Parts: sequence; C-alpha cells; structure tokens
Amino acid sequence: MNILIKNVKAIDPRHKLNEVVDVLIADGKISKVGKGLAAASTETIDGTGKVLLPGFIDLHVHFREPGGGHKENVASGSLAALKGGFVGAVSMPNTTPAADNAAIVEFILKRAREANFNIFPCGTLSKAREGKEISSMLELKNSGCVAVSDDGNYLRNPLVARHAFEYASQIGLIVMSHAEIPELTKGGVINEGFVSTKMGLKGMPGIAEIIAVTTDIELAKMTGVRLHISHLSTRGALEKVRQAKSEGLPVTCEVTPHHLALTDEAITSYDTNFKMNPPLRSEDDRKAMIEGIKDGTIDVIATDHAPHQIEEKDQEFELAPFGVIGLETAFAVSYTELCRKEKVSLETLVDRLAGRPANLLGLNGFNEIKEGSQANVTLVDLDKKWIVGPEEFLSKSRNSCFIGSEVQGYVAATICNGKLYSWTKAKATK
Amino acid sequence: MRGEGGEAVMEEKRIKTEINWTRKDLLGLKDLSREEIELIIKTAESLKEVSTRSIKKVPTLRGRTVVNFFVEPSTRTRASFELAEKRLSADSLNFSGSSSSLVKGETLKDTAKNIEALQVDLIVIRHSSSGAPHRLAEYVKPGIVNAGDGINEHPTQALLDMFTMKEKKGKIEGLKVSFIGDILHSRVARSNIWGLTKLGAKVTVCGPKTLIPYDIESLGVHRTYNVEEAVKDADAINLLRIQLERQNEPFFPSLGEYAKGYGINAQMLKRAKKDVLIMHPGPVNRGVELTSEVADGPNSVILEQVTNGLAVRMAVLYLLSLVRK
Amino acid sequence: MQLEEVRKILDADGVDRTITRITHEILEKNKGTEDLVLVGIESGGAILVERLHSKIQAIEGVAVQKGTLDITLYRDDIDEIQNQPKMRGTRLEFDITGKKVILVDDVLYTGRTVRSALDAVIDFGRPKWVQLAVLVDRGHRELPIRADYVGKNIPTAQDEEVAVRLKEKDGLDEVCIMRRVG
Repeated sequence: MNILIKNVKAIDPRHKLNEVVDVLIADGKISKVGKGLAAASTETIDGTGKVLLPGFIDLHVHFREPGGGHKENVASGSLAALKGGFVGAVSMPNTTPAADNAAIVEFILKRAREANFNIFPCGTLSKAREGKEISSMLELKNSGCVAVSDDGNYLRNPLVARHAFEYASQIGLIVMSHAEIPELTKGGVINEGFVSTKMGLKGMPGIAEIIAVTTDIELAKMTGVRLHISHLSTRGALEKVRQAKSEGLPVTCEVTPHHLALTDEAITSYDTNFKMNPPLRSEDDRKAMIEGIKDGTIDVIATDHAPHQIEEKDQEFELAPFGVIGLETAFAVSYTELCRKEKVSLETLVDRLAGRPANLLGLNGFNEIKEGSQANVTLVDLDKKWIVGPEEFLSKSRNSCFIGSEVQGYVAATICNGKLYSWTKAKATK
Repeated sequence: MRGEGGEAVMEEKRIKTEINWTRKDLLGLKDLSREEIELIIKTAESLKEVSTRSIKKVPTLRGRTVVNFFVEPSTRTRASFELAEKRLSADSLNFSGSSSSLVKGETLKDTAKNIEALQVDLIVIRHSSSGAPHRLAEYVKPGIVNAGDGINEHPTQALLDMFTMKEKKGKIEGLKVSFIGDILHSRVARSNIWGLTKLGAKVTVCGPKTLIPYDIESLGVHRTYNVEEAVKDADAINLLRIQLERQNEPFFPSLGEYAKGYGINAQMLKRAKKDVLIMHPGPVNRGVELTSEVADGPNSVILEQVTNGLAVRMAVLYLLSLVRK
Repeated sequence: MQLEEVRKILDADGVDRTITRITHEILEKNKGTEDLVLVGIESGGAILVERLHSKIQAIEGVAVQKGTLDITLYRDDIDEIQNQPKMRGTRLEFDITGKKVILVDDVLYTGRTVRSALDAVIDFGRPKWVQLAVLVDRGHRELPIRADYVGKNIPTAQDEEVAVRLKEKDGLDEVCIMRRVG
C-alpha cells in the first residue's frame, strides 16, 4: 500500500526542509517530496494543519523481554513507542537473563521484526551486568548490538571499567553509562534536598552522578571510547560533559522528558509514580537541563521508559521499584516544556528526538524526509491540547508521572517501515 | 501581633481554639494546624486524670475496635497505645511484623484490606517505610494513626513531648527547644519541628554534620554543630537516640567519640538554664546521649514523658473516634 | 438553628433564692455536713457547686469537699453529637468511698447525663449514697431517674430549651425558656 500525505508542513533540519509539501511513500520508502503529487492506489492523508517530522528514535527504553513480560514485552513496548511517534529504540540489556550474548540479542531482534519496529539493541558492558568481567562484545556486535551498557548498575571497579572501555572502543561499540556511584545513593529513594528532608525520605545526592560522570569522562579520554551518558540529571554532571565536549572528546548525553518538566517539588504525597532513578532533581538542575538542550550540550531526549505493573508500584515508597514509562508522552511533554514554555525551536526539538539519535547510531537514510530514505516519519498536531490519561496507554504498564497533566502536541500518525499507524483516541481538554 | 492587647486578645484566641476535630487520620504534624495540635494537647490534659484513678478505665470507646499494626517492631510505643486503648475500653488486636503475613509476601494493601474486613474502627500503624501510613489511609476506611513511619514522622511522640513541655513550662510559645543527636534519621525530631514551630517555639537542632539533614534550616529551625550553643539558652533539651544499628554507614567514628562530642553530662548541664528540661524519647543509651547522673537527675522528665504519652494517645484515639465515616 | 426567648422564669434574685432553698434542703435531709461532698457536672453544675459550697460555709461554717465531673468520656452518643463536647477534665481529689455525694447539675432533661455521671462517680469509689440536685427539671425523661432537690419544675415542649445563664460564664444569672425557630 502506498501512502500520500497531502499539504503537510514537513520539517527536517538535516535537509533544511521546512515547507508545505506532499509526501509520497511507496514500498517502504519516501519516493517523492514535492507539490501537487498524485498517485494511483494510494491511501491519502490530508496533512493540512499538521506537521510531518522525521520519526523519533529513543536511545533508552526497557521493553522487559525476556523475563519481565508482565510489565512489557517487545510487542507492547513497540506499540507504545509507535503511539509516541518513535520508529526506533535502543533496548537496554537489563532483561532476565541479561542481554550479554547473541541468543538474547537475536531473540529481541526477532520480536522487533514481528512487531514491525526497529530495535537497536544495547548489550551488557560486563557479563551479566555484574561488573566483574568484560562482556563478549564481539559476539554482541556481530549479533546486532550498537552499544553496551550495564544500565541500572554502574561499573564500579575502575580496572574492569578501563578494560571494558578499551575493548568497546576497539570493537566500535558505544558505551552508554548509567552514571551513579551506588554507595552514595544506597537506600535513597528521591533526590537529596529540601524535599527529602521535608518528606522524611532518604535522599540520593546529585554528587553520585557527578563523580561517576567525571570518572567516565576521564576513562573515555584515556581509552578513546565513544561515551554516551544516559539520563543525565544534574547541573554538575552537565558541566563535566560540556567541558569534555569543548575539549573535543567524543562524549554525548541524553536527558529524559521528566527531568525537563518536573522537579522533586512534584513529590507532595508518597505517590510511587514519582520514584525513578535518577530521581527528579532541583529546579536549578532542571533549568540546567533546559540550558543544555538550548546550547546543544544535551544531544538527545530519551525516555528511560521503565514499565512496572500497578501491584509493583502500589506499595510502600521504599519498596516500590524505580522507574516511569515515557514513550507515549515524550513528544507532548517535551514540546510543551521546551517549545511552548521555553521558546525552543521545533527544529531543535526534532534534532534531539530524531536527528542526533540517528547520527549517534550512524544511521543514514533511516528517518529522513527526503526521497530515497526509509519511510520512518511522524505526523503531529501541534495545537491539540490533551490530558494524559492512563486508559489510553498502549504500554502494558501505567506508571506515568504525567497522569492528569495537561500537555500540548499530539502524535496523529506514525509511519514505520512504510506502514501507517493512525492515533486518534486522545481525550482533548475541556 | 503577639503580646499585645492583653486580656481581650487572649480571650478571643481562647475561643478561636475551641475547634471541632474533623480528621479521620493522624498521619503527621506536618498537616495539622496550630489549633488542632492545641486541641489534642488540651484533650490529653483532661484525660491524664483517668490514669490516676483507682479504676483506671472509662467506657468511652466501648464497642470500638483498634488494631495495632506494627510492621516495624516496637515495645514502648505499642505498649502505650495498647494501654491507652484499654483505658478507653476499646477492643484491641495486635498485628505485628513477624506474625503478620507481610513476611509471606502479602502487600501492605492486601493486609490492610484484610484488617478492614474485620470491621475495625482505627488502625495504629508503625512501619519502617516513610509514607506507609499515608498509603494505608488511601486504601482503607478505618481511621489511621501513625505510630512512626520510617524517618518521616512520629506524631504522638512529638505531641507528648509538647504536652510535657507545656505542663512544665506553662506554654509552648517562645520556648527554646533543642534537639541533640541523630536528626537525620529521627522521625521524633521531624514531628517535633513541625509541631513546635507551629506553636511558636524556637527550635535548634544539633548533632554531628553527618547526622543533620540537608537544608534543615528551611523548616524554620536553627542548626548548630556546637553542643554548648544548643544547651546554653534552652528551656528544654530533647536528646535523640543514637542508633547503633545504623553504624553500617560511617556517620561517626564510635559511640565513645559521639559521647565526647555530643553526650550530655553533669558538667555540660551546668552550662544550661537551671530549670532546663531534659527529655528523651527512649530507650536511653546511658553513657552515650546522656550520663546516668543527668538521666536520673532533677531536670529529667523522661519518665513523665512516658506517663504523658498514655494521655496523648488516649486523646488521639478519642478525637479520631468522634469523626463519623 | 436559632433560639428565641419565650419567657423568663427566674431573674438573678430568683436564682439566688432557689439555690439558698436547695442548700437548706440538703443540710436538712443529710442532718448537717458530715461526710457530705458536692460533685458538679461540667460545666453548669460545677458553677452551682461553688455557689452551694459558699452557702453551706455561710450557714454551717464548714467547707465541705467539692469536685467536678466531666462526663464526656461516659456519653453513650459520641458519634452522634453535632457539636463536639469540649473536654474540661474531672477533678475529684478525694476518696468518695463512704461519702454522701450530692451530684449537681443545672438542668435535668432526658436523664442521660445523670446516668453518665453516676457511672463516672462509681468509677471513683463506693459512696454511701448519691443524691441529685438540679436547678431546673424540665421533664421529658428517657431513663428512670429523678432529682432529690429541684429548684424549679418547668414543663416544656420538645421544641423548647431551657437556658440557665450564670454570672461566671454568661455575665448574669437568669433562667429562660427558649424556642427553636427556623
């Protein structure tokens, strides 16, 4: 089936594209971008008033398969991603068992193909994420991994870390680092700050991230590895990345939509949908994240989509697992926070959600709006305001920290690998 | 405003404090108004007399059922609540951490729903996780009394501390109250800070830097690492228990060194006001937070705190029982 | 709910004369002050106890023992009352065992307050006997209770109330019948 999108404002900063055009998609590729297009046997979409963007790529998701299918699996996670306008995602390796071998990676890729979704697997940095031995990175790379990480854990032993970084750089894998000194955050459940004092909850100091990022950057400098800092959350750590970039080091980083939109002041009850790691930080940290987006220090917006079932989340704050889902709200939250409130350009947002993630993964012609690219695009309605409601989530889980929030910007359709997904159900505001 | 107007203002204030109790739960002093705290203390003042009678029991809560749901072990607080329930003629039932099904993997919500299904009226909960009573209050209809949650609050302990201070000093407003010890992990200190600052006391917290929570001053208290400064002008000194079991994290080098820096002995007491109250939520580590000489000395009101705890818990159970569900 | 005054039953002099009469009746019936103790029910009864106490002292030259009873803890309706009772506390700082207890209240109505007070008194010991003195009996009893000393019998309708105003709490002494309006 061919698809013709008529009269749509198409934006792709990589090709300096920002005009109203028609886009014809045929055989899974963008076959024509131009005016007054017509084609036989096509499904035609009226794009009037909407904006066509390169399909988003999320560098940080947990689809929980294998081992956590009650929370999410590749099929449900892919649907949630597509609903959020994402056409590809990097899957974190903290599955059960961990993605430290070809069998698991091939299994995940097979599941992704069945779901018509593009997963770029991230394998483990150390065997079983235990931080003791380097993982089989050659095997991981050959089976399709683009990066390695012990996400959820920080590789604490600097000797193992050094060799892992060296080895990854030789193999040509990106190291994605969950930067957190665990001894400093042990037992903590929210950011260490006035809110943790007020709420009587044990704090996780920002310094745990800053020290880890500092160490990682030094190791990257020494080993020459491509280092990517996952879910950055503190001003201090951002400064370290900024400095590394100014020295020309191949260091990149990402921030989550919730760290752009919320601070620990949002924790007013003991609602575990506000328990995530890294935790919501101070207003000063949040401002730093927005500055980082504006000046380009932060390369990517990634969700850290971490599904957990209601019964896992609905318990004592200390006992509930860390993590929130984010795929289905990422665009709206980022657009509202950055473009509406902070006057960041839509081009910048698109760059952080689609352009730079593609560059980082070395993808060409994957999600571009130009003739010959694979057909991975997202159609958005920028004017639509809606209230985030759990009943609409396609994820198996409901643990969002944005339930009840009013946001602006809605993904109307996603075309992934040439296939059209239309989304209409969102409840509009009053 | 305060201190002006004399009699007329005082009278108006007195009438204003005669409020009705409207809360189903007592989760913490953070949420309470000054008037609500004063009402609990006033009620406790009346109820204290019951325990001085030869028949130490009134029929007030006859037919009501109170469950003491202690997920974190406790001897004193539970005993105090149990006795308070008995003196008010309530039926009480104990669910403790070790005997409850929580250890078998049942969630807090399920256990709470099961307790609710027994048609109980009040649940007194102690839990090692901050905010657990707040969750419980969302799950079930019976009134919830927080008997200590994690490092968050211990409202009845703070109320009995304030009751004791008021009894001894005649008022709370303007009193200088110092807390010395492990402020970081102290739910007693947190509840006292919320309550005392609302009632107009001047609160100082003191301890080693490792045991002072982040930005505690923003709660409206003065912070010092110098024990002499905390002792000097205080009307009441509340010594907080140093928990040996927290020593897996290196907060201070040894109990001996803690006692040298922050323990209160007779010599240090000499630098305090003559009529200073020495308070402690118990159990006391003699020779650590304070010496026996101080614990058993004329300034100590530690045992009166225990007595007053009973009256305060009776008052809380009584007031919560007035609220129709 | 609003109340309007229907008529005044006793003025200040009337109140005083009535208390004087009750004092004499108590002394006569008990043959003096031996083992006599006055226990007032908070809050009106507690004020009347003070008045009776000084009159006994004036007549007999004896200061009998006195105390107050807060019956809040003995009520049978704690979750039905609209206005929460304000606890005032009980002050009985003597042993009542073997004593002749004169229980004092301002108005006798359903008898439920007196029932509560009797329970409370008995929790403090075993008195020789308990007698009841009230300033006003307005009828409508719901329990088999009667007063030994009555200042004034005032038949009332159910939609009426008796207001006993005393100097110590209201600034003047008087007894009025009020009717609920609206």
